[in-house]
Amino acid sequence: MRNIWIIAKRELYGYFTTPMAFIFIAIFVALTGAFTFYIGRFFDRGQASLETFFSFHPWLYLLLVPAVAMRLWSEERKSGTIEQLLTLPITTADAVLGKFAAAWLFCGIALISTFPIWITLTYLGDPDHGVIGLSYVGSFLMAGAFLSIGACMSALTRNQIIAFIAAAAVCFVFTMSGLDLVLNFFRGWAPTFLVDVIAASSFLVRFESVTRGVMEFRDIIFFLSMMAFWLFATTVTVDAKKAA
Amino acid sequence: METMVELDQLSKHFGPFVAVDGISLKVGKGEVLGFLGPNGAGKSTTMRMVAGFLTPTSGTAKVCGHDVEAEPVLVKSLIGYMAEGSPAYEDMTVRAFLKFIAEVRGLSGQAAAIRIEEAVAKIKLEAVIDRSIEVLSKGYKRRVGMAQAIIHDPPVLILDEPTDGLDPNQKHHVRTLIEEMAAEKAIIVSTHILEEVEAVCTRAVVIGNGKLLADGTSEDLLATLPEHDAIYVVVKPEAVDAAKSKLQAVNGVGHVTHTQRADGAVQIECMPSEGAQIIDGINSALREGAITTSEVYKHRGDLDAVFRQITGGGSTHA
Repeated sequence: MRNIWIIAKRELYGYFTTPMAFIFIAIFVALTGAFTFYIGRFFDRGQASLETFFSFHPWLYLLLVPAVAMRLWSEERKSGTIEQLLTLPITTADAVLGKFAAAWLFCGIALISTFPIWITLTYLGDPDHGVIGLSYVGSFLMAGAFLSIGACMSALTRNQIIAFIAAAAVCFVFTMSGLDLVLNFFRGWAPTFLVDVIAASSFLVRFESVTRGVMEFRDIIFFLSMMAFWLFATTVTVDAKKAA
Repeated sequence: METMVELDQLSKHFGPFVAVDGISLKVGKGEVLGFLGPNGAGKSTTMRMVAGFLTPTSGTAKVCGHDVEAEPVLVKSLIGYMAEGSPAYEDMTVRAFLKFIAEVRGLSGQAAAIRIEEAVAKIKLEAVIDRSIEVLSKGYKRRVGMAQAIIHDPPVLILDEPTDGLDPNQKHHVRTLIEEMAAEKAIIVSTHILEEVEAVCTRAVVIGNGKLLADGTSEDLLATLPEHDAIYVVVKPEAVDAAKSKLQAVNGVGHVTHTQRADGAVQIECMPSEGAQIIDGINSALREGAITTSEVYKHRGDLDAVFRQITGGGSTHA
C-alpha cells in the first residue's frame, strides 16, 4: 500500500510539472459546460437536475480518458524508465496500481473542477443533492473503468498514438454494447446468454441508471470489477512486454 | 570470500533467439567483476535478470543467497542497479527523483535526507540538484543514475556501462568511486572499454553469443595471447639475419619473425614457447653476439587483442 502511494505521488508530480494537467482540466470543464448549456439546453429544460450534465460524461470520457491513459505505460517503455521502475523493490502490481491511482485521482480532480455547475443549479432551484452526489460518484467510477481499459492498451504498445486509438476503440465498444447497433451484430448467431452478457456490460446502460439517481450496489460492483479485470490484464501485459 | 552473487546455468531466450546461454559465475564481497563482450553478447540481458527486470528462461540467479525469482522484492532491495543509459524520469528535478528513489527504497524523513545528501556529495551532483533531469548533460545524467543506485548503500551494485559517453575526467571520477566502494560490496560493471577493466576490475569475464568464454584477472586473460610476454628487438636492416639466428638459438624462444617498420628499422618478434621467460636469455644472446639494438621491449599484449581473439573478431596480431 505504501509503495502504491509513493508511485502515485510521483505520477501526479509528473502531471502537474507540465501544463498538460491544467490544459486537460480546462478542456474538460469547458466541454462539460458547453455540452450541458448548448446541446443539453440546460436553461430551457426548466428542471433543477444535472441529468443532462451527466449524460454527456460517457462521450467526453471516450475522448479524454484515453488521452490521460495513453502515456501511462507507453512512455515508460519508450523512455526506458520502466527498467528503473521495475528494478526498484516493488511488485509489478504495485506499479500498475500506483500509476492507475494517480491517473484516476487526476480524473477525479477534473471532475471536481466542474462543481460551479452544481452551485449554479443550487442558486437557481432546489435540486436533489443526494442524486447529484451519487451521480458524481458514478461518473468517477465510470472514469476509472475507462481508465483501466486505457492503461491496458497503453501497456500493449510503446506508441502513445496507437495506445490512444486502441483505448478509444475498446472503450467505444463497452460504451455502446447495450445499444442495438452492437447487439444486432451478435443477435443473429450468438447464444442469448452471450448477448445478455454483452448488453449487461454496457457502460452507457449502467450509467443511465446512475444519472437518473437510481445507482444500485451492483452498478458499483460492475465498475469495480471492470477495473479489477483490466488492471489485472495490465499487470500481465506489463510483465510480458516489459523487455520488448 | 563471502559469495554475494551466484549465477547457475542462467539462460534467457527471446523466442527462438538465445540471448544468454547457461552462464554460471560467482562474485564475492570486495570483488569488482568486469563484464566484457561485444555489443549484443548478452551482458545487459544477464544484468537485467540479476536485477529482477527480466525473468530467466532457465537457471537461477541468487543475490546474498536469495533467489531472484522466488523473492524478487527482497533481492531488488539488496541491489543498486543502474540500467544502460541510466533512464530517469526526465520531468523531475534531481532532488525530487532521488527523494522518490529513497522513498521507494524504504527511507523516509531525516534518514532519506541524510542518505540523499551523502550520495549527492559522493557523486558531486550539488551543482545540478534543483535542475530537471531533461536539461542535464549526458555526464550528469549518468551520475544521477549512479546516485540512485547507491542511495540505499546496497551490498551489491550492478552498473551497466557506467562510463559510456563520459569525458576522461568523468570516467576517472566514476572509476575512483567504484574503487572506493569496492571493499564493502560486490560490484558488477559491464563495459566494452577494455582499459576500464584493467583500471577498476579485480576480475573479468568475457561473454560472447550469450556464453561465458573466459573468466579471470586481466593478467590471466592477457596470458591467453600467443604474443603475451613476447620480446621485441629492434635492429638495423643489415643486422637482421645475424640477430635472428642468434635469437632463435635462445632457450625457450619459440618462433621468431620480423617486420619492417616505417622508420626503416626492423622489428624482430621473439615468441616464447609455452610460459617460458626469455628476456634474460635474449639479453645475454644480444650481448654475446655484439648486436646493436635501438629498442628491446617486452610485449604484454593488450585486452583488445584478447577480446578479439576470444570473441572471434579476427586476427590477434599486435
